[in-house]
Amino acid sequence: MTSTVAQGGRPGGEPASSRHAGGVPGGGSARLAAALWRRAWLRATLTLTPPLAWFLVIYLASLVVMLVTAFWSVNPFTNTLVHTWTLSNFRQLFTSTYLIIIGRTVGMAALVTVTDAVLAFPFAYYMARLASNRGRQLLFTAVLLPLWASYIARVYAWIVILQKGGTLSWSFQKLGLGAVNIGYTNTAMWLVFSYIWLPFMIVPVYAALERIPDSLLEASGDLGAHNWRTLRSVLLPLALPGVVAGSIFTFSLTLGDFITPLLVGGANSNFIGNVIYSNLGTAGNLPFAAALAVVPIVIMVFYLLGARLLGAFESL
Amino acid sequence: MEGRLARIGLRIWVGGVLLFLFVPIAIICFYAFNSSNIQSWPIQGLSVKWFSVAWHDPQVRAAFVLSLKAGVFATAIALLLGSAAAFGVHRFRFFGREAVSLLLVLPLALPGIITGIALNSAFSFAGIGLSLLTIVIGHATFCIVVVYNNVIARLRRVSGSVYEASADLGAHGFFTFRTVTLPMLSTALISGALLAFALSFDEVIVTTFTAGAQNTLPLWIFGAIRLGQQLPEVNVVVVAVLLLTVIPVIIAVRLTGGGGITRGSAAARSAMDSGSPGA
Repeated sequence: MTSTVAQGGRPGGEPASSRHAGGVPGGGSARLAAALWRRAWLRATLTLTPPLAWFLVIYLASLVVMLVTAFWSVNPFTNTLVHTWTLSNFRQLFTSTYLIIIGRTVGMAALVTVTDAVLAFPFAYYMARLASNRGRQLLFTAVLLPLWASYIARVYAWIVILQKGGTLSWSFQKLGLGAVNIGYTNTAMWLVFSYIWLPFMIVPVYAALERIPDSLLEASGDLGAHNWRTLRSVLLPLALPGVVAGSIFTFSLTLGDFITPLLVGGANSNFIGNVIYSNLGTAGNLPFAAALAVVPIVIMVFYLLGARLLGAFESL
Repeated sequence: MEGRLARIGLRIWVGGVLLFLFVPIAIICFYAFNSSNIQSWPIQGLSVKWFSVAWHDPQVRAAFVLSLKAGVFATAIALLLGSAAAFGVHRFRFFGREAVSLLLVLPLALPGIITGIALNSAFSFAGIGLSLLTIVIGHATFCIVVVYNNVIARLRRVSGSVYEASADLGAHGFFTFRTVTLPMLSTALISGALLAFALSFDEVIVTTFTAGAQNTLPLWIFGAIRLGQQLPEVNVVVVAVLLLTVIPVIIAVRLTGGGGITRGSAAARSAMDSGSPGA
């Protein structure tokens, strides 16, 4: 990209632009406009260079620095970074303490993904195939609002609901179901994660279901398939790319979250995210945090490759 | 293909999911008016006094101002870079075109903590102290895709013949851009900017790694919840943040009919394009 930037910097000197500029009134700006109009590559370079430069210089370069940092260490006495290559951070990741934390996080992410897929499918089905136009529009807005509504506010809402003497235990007592106290447990985290990421699942599943032509379902019926058979053999396979697309978000966002484990989880709920968080700052261990952050990246790379095999991207 | 029973079942399911999505939000809004400083349910009495307490709290004010600044600057950068990227990707076919969209959505699709720790490592490596500037850099990185999604959804819906018509009528490139392209894009740009601002205003994960000693509003909330302090104020501030993230979405939906209003997921975009809600 950088080599084309240099070329894009001198549009005025192109001979062709002055040749055609005679038809356009005005001076340099018109000539520049004409040059831009004719040269697609020039416009492409001018429009794409700034955003790509931002991503290369800031985002990708930072990711590279993070990867390099993961191979450094911290001097335990001075708390400064030691810029010598070592595998000790990665070796530490393969000890039982961290393998359990990684396993717990992946397990939670999988559980949340399945929960959201189950909650989202009938909802999206109703939206796509049964709701009236107006109803569909209202439901879509009803999904968009929590999709964008403040993350921290929605987590906090559940803290208030699940706490001792909160809304949930009060409702259970009123209903005569006895005391319920799931605040600050992994169950609470599962509930909160499923709640937070649910809209991310509904949207792509809806998109996938909405695209299935009615004739396909009629054909299935005409061929003698009963409803469950149509659901299993036609609807579910065609909706799968949507479910996979949604699961990229539910899975990935759960993998790296540290707010929910810190605020909703109990004493025994170390997850990848909050271990990274606890290694932040002057007393922390940035190289180890960076090494631990490589874990969700590796998991997501494999996840995305798998999603591609299942056709999640072609359908988007 | 659905029987009567299945339809009833689906309706109940949809109602249940809607309750699941909205009851917590309703409850937290209710708590903002709790007169007591005890958090138990049902709340003891209604009052607006905590609104005034929160409004006059200098820490909350400082955090609010910092969040506003970060949101405005990040949105400005996202507007410029996101729409530029949308133009480039929409108009031109080039090698690696799909990779560009993937690259832009990466900061939203990968866990925020990765963006956070990566930026933190890079700032630490380059010796850049954490400040408003580093917060803005972090926010802009994940806000760009929001503007990009909105603008490209609109560009895809506009027929290429309008540009040809403009050229046939003698308008050169910049004139066409000013009088044809920009007016067509205006609502998509406004909606993209509003959503980018909403995303920035509420962000807490990346911000944790890119903010120094200063608190943004979500960081203040996070700190207060962890310490279990000032919870009546938290109730109020949380509702304020909720409103500041929801109102932009409502306006954006009104402006665009829903195209491009998804967080990274391109799926809804194609859904909207294929002619569903409001398209």
